[in-house]
Amino acid sequence: MTARASSSGADLQLEGVSKRFPGFTAIEELNLTIPAGSFFALLGPSGCGKTTTLRIVAGLETPTAGRVMIGDQDVTRMAPYKRPVNTVFQSYALFPHMSVLDNVAFGLKRRGIKDAVARAHEALQMVELDHVATRKPAQLSGGQQQRVALARAVVNRPALLLLDEPLGALDLKLRRQMQVELKDIQTDVGITFLHVTHDQEEAMTMADTIAVMNKGRIEQMGAPAELYELPRTAFVANFLGQSNLFAGPVVSAKGDTIVVDVAGRKVAVPRERAQRHAGDVTIGVRPEKLILHTTDPGTQAGVNVLGPGRVHDVSFSGVSTQYLIGIPGLGTLSLFAQNLVSGPVVGDGAEVWVTWAVDHGFGLADEPDEALRFDPDDDTQAIAIAQRRRIEAELEEA
Amino acid sequence: MAFGVFGGSPGTAVDIDAAPARRSPVALLLLLPGIAYLALFFVVPFVSLILTSFQAPDPLGFGAPGEYVPAFRWENYTEVITTYWPHIVRSFGYAIAATVIALLIGYPLAYFIGVKLRRFPLLQALALVLVIAPFFISFLLRTFAWKQILSDNGPVVTVLQSMTILPDDARITGTPVAVIFGIAYNFIPFMTLPIYTSLERLDLRYVEAGGDLYASPVTTFFQVTLPLSMPGVVSGTLLTFIPAAGDYINASSDFLGSTQTAMIGNVIEANFLRTQNYPVAASLSIILMAVILLLVALYVRRSGTKDLV
Repeated sequence: MTARASSSGADLQLEGVSKRFPGFTAIEELNLTIPAGSFFALLGPSGCGKTTTLRIVAGLETPTAGRVMIGDQDVTRMAPYKRPVNTVFQSYALFPHMSVLDNVAFGLKRRGIKDAVARAHEALQMVELDHVATRKPAQLSGGQQQRVALARAVVNRPALLLLDEPLGALDLKLRRQMQVELKDIQTDVGITFLHVTHDQEEAMTMADTIAVMNKGRIEQMGAPAELYELPRTAFVANFLGQSNLFAGPVVSAKGDTIVVDVAGRKVAVPRERAQRHAGDVTIGVRPEKLILHTTDPGTQAGVNVLGPGRVHDVSFSGVSTQYLIGIPGLGTLSLFAQNLVSGPVVGDGAEVWVTWAVDHGFGLADEPDEALRFDPDDDTQAIAIAQRRRIEAELEEA
Repeated sequence: MAFGVFGGSPGTAVDIDAAPARRSPVALLLLLPGIAYLALFFVVPFVSLILTSFQAPDPLGFGAPGEYVPAFRWENYTEVITTYWPHIVRSFGYAIAATVIALLIGYPLAYFIGVKLRRFPLLQALALVLVIAPFFISFLLRTFAWKQILSDNGPVVTVLQSMTILPDDARITGTPVAVIFGIAYNFIPFMTLPIYTSLERLDLRYVEAGGDLYASPVTTFFQVTLPLSMPGVVSGTLLTFIPAAGDYINASSDFLGSTQTAMIGNVIEANFLRTQNYPVAASLSIILMAVILLLVALYVRRSGTKDLV
């Protein structure tokens, strides 16, 4: 065993890593550097290659091409048990035949550490579970198992801690609690965390840096706020939160805004927030940036106006209300309004206008989506509304 | 799991305790055939066997074979033990050796089928059929076939002698090696299948977790895979050991054994069927049963299967 667990984190570097399985490519030429001590999230839908990436780092898969470096060490061909890496598995994978304490002490004992049991107790104290040390994992709740799994990995003080959707099986309240605890532990022990998840909220609340993965590639990488406020691709715009996207040709690119013709209406986007400045482009704005008006607001400088349109759907979610607004020729817009007054302001079918500050818009780098341009009413939101109507009708019948 | 064959795991006991609330006359009626069958074919013969084991020779029978009267003759047991203790020791020795060999062959086989072939369901099914295939031929015929193969002029002995591995006057049949080999061979499927059932359900993520926690593949096997497959190992070894200890086919001089390899089964058979010495046969049967029960109880307690999930 050459690689030993270290007490501080180490850089993780993936250089041109590809993984091809018979019939499909899970990861394509992945280049990634995760600095020591950071909390890095790989975010993407299922099948995007994020779990394969994690398994390659853990040594459970061998990349078809490329190199994996932990610190200065090339671990590409190193057996998993020799790597200074520990994983919190999605299913926790706690050994069912061992007590909680034996589970936590397992890694320490394998490395021949003398005070393994004492250290395991310390780790259990950290996750506030020392009182269940003698129980079997099956006797614990899901949240407790998750904390044991975390203790079992962290106790080894690995250079790199891998988290494979560890919060997936928990209910919402427990998730929130664990998110905070995980973040605290990361701050306390200072090891590098690589967190794989499909939950954008989890990634945004916990990670310093997020890489959004899609179809085996990283679409965009950056701090959570940066990614959210300025998505570069349609995939990121819609995977990380929701976006209203419009497509159209650029009609003027003078000054520090570009103006796009969206179904006959002029919409402006700041030049430095747009990836493309000519030709057909896709632009967007986040639903919470939109402001709802019941009368025509008229044209103002620095504000985009769309309307009139009709409210399709109002869904009240406590903190905010989501309005779906159909605008002829543009499809359906989604708008979040904070509930500053009680109850929705406008009802179904009301005629409304929508405005947003030009500074809040963004322009995407990818080619405009064909479907977005020619069949705006057939987007996912329209399908979702139809589906919801159908379910409601069924419920009323029942 | 398969351990239930031996009269109920802790799980079933709990179920029975919880049952009274739902007990109905219909359920009792459905149990009746089973109870009647067990009473008639297990309890009655067992009591009869115990009574027979204490019988004394008929004083009016003039020593004619097969004539015994009910008695309470303790000495039957002490006499049997002093006379046949080598056979008793030999039986359990052979049974343990055969069980160990069957385990050493059966476990890797079960592991290969249950874990390595998991991604190829068709091959896995085929391999299982191959494990069970010997059952399509009678146990007696297969053992007899081995007798031919291992016989003094058979291919194995001839080849080994021509390679001077075996001396010219050596033989295989009639030796303990042949008997242990025969028993192990016959019980490999009984060993393999329960272990396969355990390994087939083994969650490989535990194995990955072992590797992740600095355990080499060998350590992972002994710390994770083996303990998790213990229910199958316990069932398999019991399914092999119990019948092997009472086996009288392989050790018989008609098959792979000789008079030097006679096991308790052979002694019981000879006393029951040939010399008609029923009390000796019966007391030997009781001793065999008692020793098996004792060893199995110790074994199950040691291996602690109750703690397994």
